[in-house]
Amino acid sequence: MAQHTFNLNGESVTVEADDDVRLLWVIRDLLGVTGPKYGCGINVCKACTSHINGKAFNPCSVSVADISADDEITTIEGLADTVGSDLHPMQEAWIEKDVAQCGYCQPGQIMAAVAKVRQCADEGRKLDDAAIEEIRNICRCGTYNRIREAIYAGAENM
Amino acid sequence: MPAHSAGTTTPRDQRKIFGSGLMSVNRRKFLGYLVAAPTLVVVADVGRQAAWGGAEASAAALPSPPQTPEYYEFVDAYRDACVPTNPLLRVEVKEDGRVAFALPRSDNGQGIQTLFAMVIAEEMGIDPSDVDVTLADARPELVFNQLTGGSSTTYSLFTPVRVAAAIAKGALLEAAALALGSEARELETLGLTVTDTAGKAIGFGELSRLAAVPVTTPVEVLLKPQEEFKVLGKSRIKDDARAMVTGAKKFAMDIQVPDALPTVICRAPDLNGFPDGGPSNLDEVRNMPGVTDVAPIGNGIAVRALTFGQAIDGVNALELNWNPGTVAGKNDEDIVEGLRAAELPLVAPAVPGKTLEQELVHYSRNGSALETNCAIVSFKDGKAEVWAPAKSPIAGAKIVSQKLGIGVNDVTFHVVPGGGSFGRRLFNDHVQEASEAAKAIGKPVKLMWDRANDCRQGRVKPLCVTRVRAVVTDDAVASFELRYSGVNMEVDEGLTDVLSSQLIKAPGGNLGVSETFWEISVHTPYNFGVNTRLMVETNYGFNTGSTRNVYGPDTCTARELMIDRIAERLRKDPVEFRTEFVKTDRLRKVIQRAADEADWGKSMPEGMAQGIGVHQEYKCATACVVEIDARPETVNRQVRSGRTGPRVTKVTFVVDPGLLLNPTGFEGQVLGGINDGIANAMTAGLHLENGSFVEASWDNYFYTRQWNTPPEVNVILIEDSEYPEPGGAGEVSVAATMSAVVNAFRRATGVEPEYTPVLHKEPFPEGFTQYPTSPPIPESPRNGLDFTF
Repeated sequence: MAQHTFNLNGESVTVEADDDVRLLWVIRDLLGVTGPKYGCGINVCKACTSHINGKAFNPCSVSVADISADDEITTIEGLADTVGSDLHPMQEAWIEKDVAQCGYCQPGQIMAAVAKVRQCADEGRKLDDAAIEEIRNICRCGTYNRIREAIYAGAENM
Repeated sequence: MPAHSAGTTTPRDQRKIFGSGLMSVNRRKFLGYLVAAPTLVVVADVGRQAAWGGAEASAAALPSPPQTPEYYEFVDAYRDACVPTNPLLRVEVKEDGRVAFALPRSDNGQGIQTLFAMVIAEEMGIDPSDVDVTLADARPELVFNQLTGGSSTTYSLFTPVRVAAAIAKGALLEAAALALGSEARELETLGLTVTDTAGKAIGFGELSRLAAVPVTTPVEVLLKPQEEFKVLGKSRIKDDARAMVTGAKKFAMDIQVPDALPTVICRAPDLNGFPDGGPSNLDEVRNMPGVTDVAPIGNGIAVRALTFGQAIDGVNALELNWNPGTVAGKNDEDIVEGLRAAELPLVAPAVPGKTLEQELVHYSRNGSALETNCAIVSFKDGKAEVWAPAKSPIAGAKIVSQKLGIGVNDVTFHVVPGGGSFGRRLFNDHVQEASEAAKAIGKPVKLMWDRANDCRQGRVKPLCVTRVRAVVTDDAVASFELRYSGVNMEVDEGLTDVLSSQLIKAPGGNLGVSETFWEISVHTPYNFGVNTRLMVETNYGFNTGSTRNVYGPDTCTARELMIDRIAERLRKDPVEFRTEFVKTDRLRKVIQRAADEADWGKSMPEGMAQGIGVHQEYKCATACVVEIDARPETVNRQVRSGRTGPRVTKVTFVVDPGLLLNPTGFEGQVLGGINDGIANAMTAGLHLENGSFVEASWDNYFYTRQWNTPPEVNVILIEDSEYPEPGGAGEVSVAATMSAVVNAFRRATGVEPEYTPVLHKEPFPEGFTQYPTSPPIPESPRNGLDFTF
């Protein structure tokens, strides 16, 4: 087994794992950080959405060996720290709009939402329904309408 | 010992009336018990109040005799089944003064933990944040009273829990009266203290010890009048909202249990196939990286490893032969043919020129939640400990005990909040398999189903065929007959016991389990003369279960679609026609409100249309108006491997919920159910092909996604319902929405629907990946970094 070092939620971590183990399982099963959820393992449900160097990605579909020592991985647990606050504005909006039902997909939804808002800003695009409809994260409780409201509200304060 | 007991000989004016102010003669008293212990309290229940009033007939409508759900629904049956054990429910005041209640139900996102904190807080005059509602471990002594399903939780527990809370408050006031030298009626709760008019206060924690009784004591109690509610009726965000958005909420697979390592099962290519002998490369797989154990269990081979990824790799590496499954070689149409042949005959004769008849095939639907089936079982020294999301944990504990060969008392079963349920967690499949694996391997296991098998081998809403025949006169409906022929709808052992206990009450008296559920859940709420509804189910060897509303959505859609056709025949507007023929004022009001709010009949561009659907179940009345856009520019939208097609652009949903307890929670459930209704109507169906389901992931199975959800949704909760009890929320909006969408689709496109979902036979979208059934689990990609944004 090889040693892998990267930054997870602001701290450098080193873990022993075979090169080909997908990052989701390294984070969840070996490091015990359980915010990112398994929902498909093939990058379609997006429940594990986290950030790599500030961009949304799905660790279920990345081998741990492809992560470098200077890569910054942020899971939902580390999101608030990226803005130096107790809660990220998107998390606050999520609470205010009473979005989550079971909550299982919501860490991934929030991480995708934050990245989408940033992406639109970077590209000079308007954050509108069409932009939100690019988000592929599935919510089997069907909370989509409140997710939309929360994204608009959260974006205001980002 | 405080003088709480109030036997029947106690003069009325001396009775202690807890938590309720002065007693008035027309308010009902409830009996409960103070339990010998710290302040533990108990309840009894409660009669029924009619949700629907009497049927009314309009001038033209031919009255139909009442059908069972108009006076006795599943939620009534379930509540009745719980009455004997309601006295075992305890509201407890802890030594630190906080109030605790172990809810004997399963929360999978309905928000019932928050709701019951509100209920208890209301009755005790405290803040909901001071009430800790947890999910109770399996308690076999509760018999029927620990089952979650049929949107019955609030309806079945509202009054019993209020009674327990009211008695707890009364006991605290009594204890405080003795301690402070005051009269109990001069005291009130403030924060977690009891205070008197002079401002002297004493904490709940101390009072809890003072209020302890040495023997269990009966108490009568009056409940707080609804007009005095301060907590209930106001929206409250879920208590675990913060935990959910920070990743702190622990689902079963997030719980760390010593040595309980990830375990995945290798399953057959066919639906319900099973191994033909053992793997030929067992040792090779046991030596794979991370793999710790490989062991055959009932229907497959369990692989335990350091990570789930490595367990999945082990599963996919196993080489073995499989026996054919229960529908080997069959396709959907083979099953449909059998269902048609089994259909029960229609009673009223067809009258030439006056008969409308319609058949719909409703394809199987995936019952998966986003969290796949999962359970942790640790079995050591003859004792088992289980962690699992489970809606029928008493039956689950029994299964664990049978599989491990130990007594039920040696099983501790923790009910963990689930990542969605939609009926799936009524069954203990995951618990059974985790028990088998723990025993076969001899070590604790954290067992999780992979997504592909959760889709393909997991329980589905059964494939069924509905038929409706109506005979119409010049201005009315002379007969309306509904037939349902389906693949059998399985229920778990726990729900079977509940339904069996109620069989005797159903008309006919000797119905099977499914027929009982049908009899007490399905009806036609219109005055349509001779009005029959019959079902038949056939066992084809599918794994089935209800998926968010049992028979409601398909039968409602069959009915409401036919009603649109009848209205057309009679040259009446669909809303006007329903208003005239619907049986009750309660339904009439929601229909009219929905039509008003949605601006029914407004002019729309070619290719767009409105549609309406009406339903009553779970003691609620619902009406839904949708707008659909079937214009080419919308239909032809391209989303990579996503189903687009006509889009529902606006939903107006009106529900009379009975007594409304937490508006934001109820609205959330309605919003979710709307998206289920749209999925049922438009996109979400399974294809059985050569003995197994094609769909193996969320990009295969088209549940509503952001690009399908309506941009505009208006949910209206009637706040001044005349019905005084809380109706069920979890499934309430699915049926009316599904039917409204199908009606709108028909009006917008001119296509006569023959099946649901209406896009079921469209070609799969570009980018659709059909995954092989062998190896059983699609390999995780490695190119995730190509898709960052």
